[in-house]
Amino acid sequence: MIQDKARIIREIEQIVGPKGVVHEEDELRVYETDGLTIFKAMPDVVVLASTAEHVAELVKLCQREKIPYVPRGAGTGLSGGALPLDGGVMIGMNRMNRILEVDYDNKRAVVEPGMVNVWLTNAVGPRGYYYAPDPASQIACSIGGNVSENSGGVRTPKYGVTTNHITGVEVILPNGELVSLGGKTLDAPGYDLLGVFVGSEGTFAIITKVIVRLMRKPEAVKTLMTVFENLEDASNTVSGVVAAGIVPVSMEMMDNNSIVAVEKGVGAGYPTDAGAVLVIEVDGPRAEVEALVDPIRDICKKNNVREVRLAKDDAERALLWKGRKAAFAAMGQISPDYYVQDAVIPRTKLPQILQQISKFSEEYGLRVANVFHAGDGNLHPLILYDSRNEGELEKADEMGSKIMKACISMGGSITGEHGVGREKREYMPLMYTDDDMEAMKKVKRVFNPDGILNPGKIFPTTTPDVKVGLAGQRPIVEKVVGQM
Amino acid sequence: MGQPTAEKTGARGFDHIDPPDTEIYLDCVHCGFCLPTCPTYLVLGNEMDNPRGRIYLMRAVDEGKAKITDRFVEHMNLCVLCRACETACPSGVKFGFIMEAARGQIERNYQYPPKERRFRKFILDTFTDLGRMSTLTSLLRFYQKLGLQKLARSSGVLGFFGRLGKMEALLPPIPDRQELPEVMPAKGEKRGRVGLLMGCAQRFFLPQVNEATARVLAENGFEVVIPKDQACCGSLLVHEGERERGKGFARETIDVFERASVDFIVVNAAGCGSVMKEYWELLHNDPVYRERAEAFSKKVRDASELIAQADLNGRLRELKLKVTYHDACHLAHGQKVRLQPRKILKAIPGVQLVELAESDFCCGSAGVYNLLEPDVAQKFLDRKIDRIKETGAEVVVSANPGCTFQIEKGLKEQGLNIRVLHPMEVLDGAYQGTIPPQP
Repeated sequence: MIQDKARIIREIEQIVGPKGVVHEEDELRVYETDGLTIFKAMPDVVVLASTAEHVAELVKLCQREKIPYVPRGAGTGLSGGALPLDGGVMIGMNRMNRILEVDYDNKRAVVEPGMVNVWLTNAVGPRGYYYAPDPASQIACSIGGNVSENSGGVRTPKYGVTTNHITGVEVILPNGELVSLGGKTLDAPGYDLLGVFVGSEGTFAIITKVIVRLMRKPEAVKTLMTVFENLEDASNTVSGVVAAGIVPVSMEMMDNNSIVAVEKGVGAGYPTDAGAVLVIEVDGPRAEVEALVDPIRDICKKNNVREVRLAKDDAERALLWKGRKAAFAAMGQISPDYYVQDAVIPRTKLPQILQQISKFSEEYGLRVANVFHAGDGNLHPLILYDSRNEGELEKADEMGSKIMKACISMGGSITGEHGVGREKREYMPLMYTDDDMEAMKKVKRVFNPDGILNPGKIFPTTTPDVKVGLAGQRPIVEKVVGQM
Repeated sequence: MGQPTAEKTGARGFDHIDPPDTEIYLDCVHCGFCLPTCPTYLVLGNEMDNPRGRIYLMRAVDEGKAKITDRFVEHMNLCVLCRACETACPSGVKFGFIMEAARGQIERNYQYPPKERRFRKFILDTFTDLGRMSTLTSLLRFYQKLGLQKLARSSGVLGFFGRLGKMEALLPPIPDRQELPEVMPAKGEKRGRVGLLMGCAQRFFLPQVNEATARVLAENGFEVVIPKDQACCGSLLVHEGERERGKGFARETIDVFERASVDFIVVNAAGCGSVMKEYWELLHNDPVYRERAEAFSKKVRDASELIAQADLNGRLRELKLKVTYHDACHLAHGQKVRLQPRKILKAIPGVQLVELAESDFCCGSAGVYNLLEPDVAQKFLDRKIDRIKETGAEVVVSANPGCTFQIEKGLKEQGLNIRVLHPMEVLDGAYQGTIPPQP
């Protein structure tokens, strides 16, 4: 809650102009949640920045007035990372969405943080380049958001996550100072502060510029859609491919519920009676890629594959990926609401965790649609619920905590790519001791000493935040966590 | 502020007449995939002006958490209803339906300032009243022929007329009208009997498009019926939330074409075709017309849909033309017709089709949007013209009269000598051996 709001708004208007400010409740409402709708918290003011200078001035104002502030990109995040849990100012970065520079010879591009991920690939594509990290939401999510969450994507098994493709950022620190971390080379001299920064979930500083690596498009790509009767055969195939020493670009799996939603929404050509589909993609020099197809086919056959379909052209490939990437977004086809988990497990444990999840699903009477980045063991069970039914959201939340607990007991982790944000902060003690977390907080305080930039994120806290939906305390989750 | 939003009160902010369908906005899972496809979001850069935000606002009103305020109305009316979000949405949210319904609620439950109300009424009454349109076009033709247009434009007097002055800039040169016969016989082997919708703007400002469409249909074996008693199809009214008046026109249109007993109803204006294909939704609560509307909607075809199935090649003469194709929103997103007009253009010998970047990005016409929201519409138009310039085409092909006027205006503003033609005009030109001269 801002004291003297009228004066603050006048000052903000002087920085960005009246068209960059949103402060009436009937408009602010649209900023109260992001891609994860179980949490809601409304900002007092939203400011839409157009330049790094705007951001610097806004940060100085918020620091001076001790008003909490939080950056928001495209609002597609899945951990409530951009929510203003204590109210205050939200700084919208979506208007800063330009490509500032492309250096093809040195394979670098400089972009503003609000740049939509896929726009960059679209822009450099005609020259034979692309930007590798491709989260499923790439048609909408922003590169600044990707840097904050260290997003993965479907190409992770071969090309890694966002941090492997960022060589520098320019940020506004909470003291209003503009600093550059990293640069255009792969490793800048001195401490790797960029490495610390990527994945800091908007709690260190606000990004105003990103330097990314561009990749050359491979000579050849082959995409195989493999169809199985059950998830276990598909999971064993994933292990088989890895054991054979093959490094695919992607190994993406969907269960029947996901397939049905995707087919209704996109019509990508996945068989709706299949127990699981696994999409395997390999790329590289033509000879190598062609030599890999038969061994993969053989591994599939050993695991009772029903059908292996090789995408015949780019259009078919694109459609398969469009379907897979729309899996979350298509859930509206089969359920009013969903709550997505982001657990990571050792790949070899896939069949066990899936059994566990289906047991929980029966126990709680909530359907689950499973989508995974199977190649890197990043599991996305989507718990389907209907928020109109009393208590169902809480049930989904409790079931989520059980899944999380099961993943950790199998040697997994609480987040693969969506970030801890608001959502998973109660789970952090499952991974870290108090000392561990204190060490992390010390790092945070170097950047953000008084913590008014993006408060309430990542670490468990005893201060309840504004409760709407599940943003307040989650006693059931805390209980489940406490039982471990 | 910074406070929890009110829990559901049960008091709905919408009335019971045709409210936005709850089931439709429950389909939205808030993923944000629609954001980068929304013209108003790209231009205005705030989240109240994108489909996800608009659905969120509608839902808040529906659930009684918010009211129909000035700002609510502003964000609903700023939507161009291009439905690009429907193309992008994996959850299949039928955004067009709920936006039209929300505007219906606004019409009934919100008081526009008097000046705005009069302007909206003038626009909607004029464009949907054939008598008025006829008088207006005669006057305008006179105005153009006497050279008054040049005088008005050069004197700056139009500036005093505000949005009406801006409307003037959209005026194409109005050709003298030729009466089309009530029935045009099929040439060669008869493939069917079709009814042709004349449209309102098309009939008066672009009669040459209807003439070309009729000739092309006849050339391709269709007997063309052009009922004299057809009126407005109601699309402008439905888009602007005047659903009850729109329904009246829809019923009349159904009656007229039922009497004509045709296999298909052919439409060459994307906005009209889109609404006519959705009469079933508009009239789903009407016990007398529900089934008839369903049958009617199934028979509606965009001209290019029907023609693209024909074997065009043999009879076409060469046209040496570099063209680009603009996807009208209500054809590409509203009717999912994208390939057929391109197929027709590619079939014409000598025609080189250059793809237009962002071809399905709204040009800002959007029915009467360019009249009601001229400033935002201009931003879309400038973007469209920039893309057109990149193609180096000498003709832009557009299958919607609103887009045609809008793009012609944009081209004129930038002093570009590029024609805008309907796909049927280009095809008709290929049968004649030459495209029609500049009117």
